[in-house]
Amino acid sequence: MRLSQLLVGETGIVKEFTDLEMSVKLMEMGCLPGETVTVSRIAPLGDPIAIHVSGYQLSLRKREASTIIMQ
Amino acid sequence: MNTDIKVALVGNPNTGKSTLFNALTGLNQKIGNFPGVTVDKKTGVCDLPDGRRAQVIDLPGTYSLYPKSRDESIVFSVLADKSNPLRPDLAVVILDASNLKRNLLLYTQVADLKIPVIVALNMMDLAKKADITIDVNAFAQKLGVPVVPISARRIEGIDKLKEAITHANKIALQEDTIDVEAIAPQLVAQISKEINVDNPYYALQLAHQHETINFITAAESDRIEELEHEFSFHSQKAQASETIARYNFINDLLYDTVTKKETAHDQTISNKIDKILTHKTFGFVIFFAILIFIFQSIFAWSAYPMKLIADSFVWIQSSLHRVLPAGPLTNLLVDGVIAGLSGVMVFIPQITILFGFISILEDTGYMSRVTFMMDRIMRKVGLNGKSVVPLIGGFACAVPSIMSTRNIENWKDRMITIMVTPLITCSARLPVYTLLIALVVPNRNIWWIFNLQGLALTGMYLFSMVSAVTVAFVMKYLLKARERGYFIMELPVYRMPRWKNVGYSMYDRAKAFVLQAGKVIIAVSVILWVLASYGPGGRFDRIEQKYKQPQYAQHLNPDELHRAMASEKLENSYAGVLGHVIEPVIKPLGFDWKIGIALITSFAAREVFVGTMATIYSVNGDAEKMESVQQKMHAAKNPQTGEPVFTVAVAFSLMMFYAFAMQCASTVAVVYRETKNWRWPASQFAYMTVLAYLASLITYHLLK
Repeated sequence: MRLSQLLVGETGIVKEFTDLEMSVKLMEMGCLPGETVTVSRIAPLGDPIAIHVSGYQLSLRKREASTIIMQ
Repeated sequence: MNTDIKVALVGNPNTGKSTLFNALTGLNQKIGNFPGVTVDKKTGVCDLPDGRRAQVIDLPGTYSLYPKSRDESIVFSVLADKSNPLRPDLAVVILDASNLKRNLLLYTQVADLKIPVIVALNMMDLAKKADITIDVNAFAQKLGVPVVPISARRIEGIDKLKEAITHANKIALQEDTIDVEAIAPQLVAQISKEINVDNPYYALQLAHQHETINFITAAESDRIEELEHEFSFHSQKAQASETIARYNFINDLLYDTVTKKETAHDQTISNKIDKILTHKTFGFVIFFAILIFIFQSIFAWSAYPMKLIADSFVWIQSSLHRVLPAGPLTNLLVDGVIAGLSGVMVFIPQITILFGFISILEDTGYMSRVTFMMDRIMRKVGLNGKSVVPLIGGFACAVPSIMSTRNIENWKDRMITIMVTPLITCSARLPVYTLLIALVVPNRNIWWIFNLQGLALTGMYLFSMVSAVTVAFVMKYLLKARERGYFIMELPVYRMPRWKNVGYSMYDRAKAFVLQAGKVIIAVSVILWVLASYGPGGRFDRIEQKYKQPQYAQHLNPDELHRAMASEKLENSYAGVLGHVIEPVIKPLGFDWKIGIALITSFAAREVFVGTMATIYSVNGDAEKMESVQQKMHAAKNPQTGEPVFTVAVAFSLMMFYAFAMQCASTVAVVYRETKNWRWPASQFAYMTVLAYLASLITYHLLK
């Protein structure tokens, strides 16, 4: 299961990343293994998405969300 | 300015760093550049309770010391480089108390550089509202640094912070956050030894950033590279394990010192606002409504101050002409320098209003939502959600818009945005379009409500958007990406705009515009003045002799005589000669040498067109009298064929030329300033000129 497959309102826990470069950027922003992530909304045109993580709202593209594997 | 201690403000974006900076320094601020790079450097002076004075430097907001943009890379070099004159004696790390976890990452990195640190816990009021309780004493004890709770927006706790700065230690006493050496033990030890670094985290950062920083020698950089191979150091893997270690430290810290009542995220006000503002349909409707409001305001609110500025310059010019002795020096000063200056000053109202709006949209958090909504469309054409802001701003003026592209981290996206922004119909094209449309498009309505002239103008605006998007789309394939594009962006909580910050930002931008673009535009105006005021050989003398002859002096009144002479002088000036020289080139576009002069002078600034037309068709000097220029242009006949010069084909061909051509010295200057390489403004100038020529050529032949 990848983060990009979660629907709005669904919650999951980050397990690992498939892309090292992207993972470094995501982890810096507080999205790292063990964190609980909730999908808060999807942009009107279907991409990017907004997630709630580490106490704030982060937006990322679906392609980037698909590098995050959930537990 | 003499100061006793240097203090740097460090923090994430959206933590109220600028508000704190303003609260500490008041109007005592100075904006400059960091040496060698065009990143705005904001410094100010803060009076401390014990009578000493602190120099406060506001470093660009960043999430970590690993830079993602040019602005962010400054933070590490200022904090780490011992020879940097700006290196602070003390770093004040500002943390958003309502969002401590992510904010603390940067703190742990700065702390590990072993600079003396004070923590300012900002937004304590918001944290309280969100039911977050922070045990400040325990927090301070765990970190080993003074922690001052403040609310920068309400100016609470600022005195306590000043107190803490006064009593700050000269040496770093903070606890270690992570075991830095464990990440790359041999490499850190070897770099520390060979490059003579006394701090392991600094050594580790050198290993990561040695290729991009400019404060180590090439030999040192090469040696670090060798060492990295020797100890098989992988930058991204090392960064990943460092980040995980740091968040482990942070989680432990927060577990012991912070309690938070779990409130469901979608209950927050911010989330409710988001539901409306990023709604599938309302989201775009509201966005376009806001855009229309901004345009209307830029035009409506700036009309009066712009007229005031223009009028005062006319007054200054005519007064100076009266007071100063007549002669070429006076003319150069009044008609060259001051006329050029007025060309710059007249844009100040539009620039301040535009930046006022942009800063409100950014301050409230709405701009990141626009970016969020538009990213998908913009990506299709090779741009980025963040390109929306400069493109919208382009309707007012390309100069501040190009300055605002700095928020775009991706190099390729930013370059494409810079390259296409000047295609958007800016306010300087407006007088040109209105003049030409009024000349050839009948002023009547079709389908009851649509005015033909209004439709033509709207068409030009829409056309500019289409052309910008098309060119961006082409450039997407021409430019090679330097790095992978990504879009990982914080959507900050909605907040009320901080009006003081809005005011400061308007002031800053206007000042930067006048100083930077002003120099170039004045220089170009002086050159143009010389070209239009002097002619080769003794041509001007012969013209003056000619008009002294009785057949002219008797048949013409002094005004007419003056105008006829000015007109003939212009034709024989260097500018006029140039007009004749380029006539064969522009003839296929339907232009004669007179329009040629206007095209040349317009390369300083587009709106010069009206003034030049006024001079060429020798209307009584006053460029504001559009009707009289229009009548003269309407009456202008081709001397050979007797046909009118300004036909529908010529007028539209001219408009197409103005739509595409890079006729704006200020934009060229600002593109150079932002890209630091003449190749960019040069290739932009070239492609726009080629497009302008082709578009004019096609238009003229289609309509002829």
